[in-house]
Amino acid sequence: MLCLCLCLCAELAGAQDTIPTGVRVGLTYNPSTRPGVFVTAVAGEAGDSVRAILARDLDFGDRLTVLSADAGPPPSGRFNYELYTKLGASAIVQASVTRQGSLHIAVHDVAAKRVLNVGDFAFNGAEALSPAWRMAVHRASDEVERWITSTRGIAATRIAFVRDQRLWIVDSDGANLTPAGVGGLALSPAWHPTARYLAYAAMADDGTHIVVRDLGTGQSRRIPSLGGTNITPTFSPDGSTLVFSAGDDGTDLYAVAPFGGELPQRVTFGRGTPTSSPTFSPDGRKIAYISGRLGHPEVYITDIDGTNAELLTVSPSGDRPYRASPDWSPDGRSVAFTSQEGPNLQVMVINTRDRKIRQLTGDARNEDPSWAPDGRHIVFTSTRSGAKQLWVLDTESGRTRQLTRGAGIARMAAWSPRMEQP
Amino acid sequence: MHARIRTLALTAIALSAVTTTACRKKPVVAPAPAPVVIPFNQDSANAAEAAKRAAAEAAAKAAAAKAAAEAAARLAAAVAAAKAEFAMPVYFDYDMSNIRDDQRATLEAKLPIFQANPDMRIRVAGHTDNRGSDEYNLALGQRRAAEVKRYLVARGIAEGRIDVVSFGEERPAVAQDNEDAWAKNRRDEFEIIAGANPFKLPNK
Repeated sequence: MLCLCLCLCAELAGAQDTIPTGVRVGLTYNPSTRPGVFVTAVAGEAGDSVRAILARDLDFGDRLTVLSADAGPPPSGRFNYELYTKLGASAIVQASVTRQGSLHIAVHDVAAKRVLNVGDFAFNGAEALSPAWRMAVHRASDEVERWITSTRGIAATRIAFVRDQRLWIVDSDGANLTPAGVGGLALSPAWHPTARYLAYAAMADDGTHIVVRDLGTGQSRRIPSLGGTNITPTFSPDGSTLVFSAGDDGTDLYAVAPFGGELPQRVTFGRGTPTSSPTFSPDGRKIAYISGRLGHPEVYITDIDGTNAELLTVSPSGDRPYRASPDWSPDGRSVAFTSQEGPNLQVMVINTRDRKIRQLTGDARNEDPSWAPDGRHIVFTSTRSGAKQLWVLDTESGRTRQLTRGAGIARMAAWSPRMEQP
Repeated sequence: MHARIRTLALTAIALSAVTTTACRKKPVVAPAPAPVVIPFNQDSANAAEAAKRAAAEAAAKAAAAKAAAEAAARLAAAVAAAKAEFAMPVYFDYDMSNIRDDQRATLEAKLPIFQANPDMRIRVAGHTDNRGSDEYNLALGQRRAAEVKRYLVARGIAEGRIDVVSFGEERPAVAQDNEDAWAKNRRDEFEIIAGANPFKLPNK
């Protein structure tokens, strides 16, 4: 065992020397195909779990085909690249848990018969299989995905959501389901761009108010209320502004500094109509939101100072339209939303330039999309398995997976930014 | 009946007292048996009289209490009815917040209760069915509550007496998925939050 480990370490150390730093070495990656990748057996503490998490993360990323061949023993010595070519692998992920408590990974380019990249990922003393340890493996997966495809993965993210009117957070792979630690009833969680804070609407008998919670310290701050209804918070991309919906006669959008300071400033003037669910464009200059000013809900876009408001989702004539729950994509090019289509709500996406609409779901009731940081996956609420649960959809391939299971209905999902190293 | 029993008991005590005294003497010759005399006892007569009076008073009191209880029950029933009338929800059409013609009478019936309880403050809570967006429904519920407030204010109720909140689809009246349940869930609820204790009935 010791010998094996030494062999591996020696090989990896040697491999590291062959990679010139600052030079882009990428596999030829074609987004329309999913290159095969093989994750070898992982030596070291909890190696089996590391391999399982890496393989699953790369699979959930939907950019690679993870080959399911038997891992065999952890590799040592020179790689038989021809063998991996026959398996259909374009890349090999070779990982080991070092005695110093980090995850060492080498990715091999099978066609070029050489190491593509290597890296070390610190566990920072986290106990094997603990949530922090899992997140460290997810961060490694995301880098591996970037090495192979030039696009960073989204495994090291979490999803906040509402189950039975309480806030929960789950890792993007469905593991580590934990209450957000909020005592009372809560709706509409929204992540701060640092992933450190969560804003939400707290609900009591006398109405709703907005709370910003520090997930690190557990401290909460209540945003000054405007009447009895204060709902649907969202943060600006730079984290300096919180926008939410509030009001006594109808609702309008208000902007406020999330960590104290001035009173909320009004953004929209809906003249007594319902307004809700703001979402920022990634450049921070515009907000998409729902307004009922036409007598039914549609998605609008406005500049953040409230000027230049315009209807985004122009509905076809005929059936009474109902458009809601906008979420601006991280690449800025589209807005996902919910639309009434026949008897059910469905998740749609509209291109902000040419206004072309694409329907993403069709099976049962699907609603309330939230983009992953890769601008490719969305999490949404669906009744396709019975009661409302969260599902993840790859908008490129149409592949879906169920994220939440079990008792109670899960909804109002918010996909976090990437969880950077603490 | 009660008084009679007490009188008999007192008589029995008096009798036993006489016999005891007789036994303590040690007569040589047996005297002629004295006729047993039941002495007239003013106290027991008074007691009997008092008992009779008390009984009558108690009966009167009971009758009065019964009448009062009945009146209180009638009042409580009337208050409960008025409160129920006040709490009667107002219903809305799907995705609408305007007050339906058939709901105006429900709102009008609340006005005399506002007038009879001038310090009363209330909370109007807007609710929706669960068909649309959860978040937009919170905004729509707020609109429904605001619409009712606007109506009441137009009918002379001071604005400061009415709080409005929304619970969207979060607190359904009927937790089912059908037309009937949806219709019952699209509503405004009315809750008295201050200034109506005691609750005064409107003058008829």
